[in-house]
Amino acid sequence: MSEPILQLDGVVTDIGRYHILKGVTLDVPRGQVTMLLGRNGVGKTTTLRTIMGLWRAKAGRILLEGQDMAPVPVSSRAALGIGFVPEDMGIFSDLTVEENMILATRSGPLDPARRDWLFAAFPPLRTFWRSEAGNLSGGQKQMLSIARAMAEERRLYLIDEPTKGLAPAIVSTMVGALRELKAQGASILMVEQNLSVARALGDRAAVMDDGAVVWAGAMAELSADPALQERLMGLSVEAH
Amino acid sequence: MLVNLISGDRPRSTILTILLLVVLVCLALAPFLFPGVRPLDTAARICVFILLVASYDLLLGYTGIVSFAHTMFFGFGAYGVALASIHMERGWDALLVGTLAGALAAAVVAFVIGLFSLRVRAIFFAMITLAVASAVAVLVSQLFQLTGGEDGLTYQIPRELTPAFRLGEVFGVRINGRILNYYLVFFTCLALFLVLLRIVNSPFGTVLEAIRENDFRAEAIGYRVVAYRTAASCLSAAMAAFAGSLYAIWLRYVGPDTTLSFEIMLDVLLMVVIGGMGTMYGAVLGAVIFVLAQNYLQTLMGAGAGLTQGLPLIPQLLDPNRWLMWLGILFVLSVYFFPTGIVGRLRTGK
Repeated sequence: MSEPILQLDGVVTDIGRYHILKGVTLDVPRGQVTMLLGRNGVGKTTTLRTIMGLWRAKAGRILLEGQDMAPVPVSSRAALGIGFVPEDMGIFSDLTVEENMILATRSGPLDPARRDWLFAAFPPLRTFWRSEAGNLSGGQKQMLSIARAMAEERRLYLIDEPTKGLAPAIVSTMVGALRELKAQGASILMVEQNLSVARALGDRAAVMDDGAVVWAGAMAELSADPALQERLMGLSVEAH
Repeated sequence: MLVNLISGDRPRSTILTILLLVVLVCLALAPFLFPGVRPLDTAARICVFILLVASYDLLLGYTGIVSFAHTMFFGFGAYGVALASIHMERGWDALLVGTLAGALAAAVVAFVIGLFSLRVRAIFFAMITLAVASAVAVLVSQLFQLTGGEDGLTYQIPRELTPAFRLGEVFGVRINGRILNYYLVFFTCLALFLVLLRIVNSPFGTVLEAIRENDFRAEAIGYRVVAYRTAASCLSAAMAAFAGSLYAIWLRYVGPDTTLSFEIMLDVLLMVVIGGMGTMYGAVLGAVIFVLAQNYLQTLMGAGAGLTQGLPLIPQLLDPNRWLMWLGILFVLSVYFFPTGIVGRLRTGK
């Protein structure tokens, strides 16, 4: 197996006086989708935000293709090729859909072929291309948020709960688009609560509990073992 | 071509377009449409304040930075021209050197303030700018030998820009250096306003808007927020200094009250809010309404008081000495009825 694209080694993050991450160790393989699973409040979102530099790691190491990320400022992490889709979508409401997309392309103008591919994956973006993003529906905003991360090829995608609170029809659009991204060989670390989505997309899974990764392995292995799911998360794939 | 000139930033409202055209025509033909010293002076002030307010809107409306040091930069430009005119030979080179030195000084000071304080929270930045601006105002008053202290400075500008320079008559209006001076102010303000429109409609302007809305997110997609904020702060300061230089060229006098006072800062803030934050055209309408109210509300009230002399209470309410009260009421009403500013209201109808 090739060297992982991202390695977390004993990452500790405090938010104020709370110890949120208590030594996260995780490998994200290149060209695969790794699902970060676990109950609410176990540190999944904090893990992504720490990788992005939005929370400072108090201890431990984060390596992107062997490069230590500790001295790299947040803006430079994006420039290194990390595309981040936050849980709150983080779109710029006062800007148009087009302007949101242009902001996300750092290597030059938005490639027309890539734009057409995104239009095919997320048709509402074409319809509302010149509209203010603040006027989009929740699902459309999420599409924009993901499309923005996909506006150009990234080394790694960090995606935080892309299907949270969305209607089933929009969830299937999301899953379709992410499948296409996966087919292109993208490396993705995704937080997801919806286990059927996790099963549809994930190659690998890492389960967190109390600020640490307590299990890591193949998604198929987790899917096939209801007892393991029950033990790790108190949930069952079959239940979703 | 016109759309290119305004960088594709259409007014997006018929009424707004008409209002802007009326303002443009009135200012462009002010010496001919409104002859006399006072109307021309008002028109020149409007031009200068449009530029000053637009430059502040780049900071407040587009970048989301609250600064109280904007009039300080305005003062840098004004004192730059005054000092250069006093210490160099009377001439165009003095104006040029003073203007450029003022703008450079403003940009450098904005850079230093930005570098040290744009990382902190907005409220702390506002406090720091307030402290720096107050310190500079005190310093200008204290350094009497250099700045003229509270009395300010008077100086000579090129003869071509003074009333003594006469060129003849056009449409019954005597063209003199004062009118040339007005057109220098008008065309420079127009050109710099178009530059500001270009800036806010460029990719740089889009990043500033993104930062205003969500600075963490902007940082996370790869933009160095402090660098962009500092750049916006420097540009805005330089533009304010240009406005100050033009004001100094127009007045041939600078003093703490005309360029550095906190009252001007509050006026600028009100003009931005009334016109509509984050819209350059808001600066135009805000400045026009405010400067006109400052200059003519008293006269209008005097006329109203005269007309209603026989009625009870109303003449007292319209007493010209109460003009500040009515100005205050007008602002409260405008903020109440136009929470997104006049331009915001005209564009959205809400």
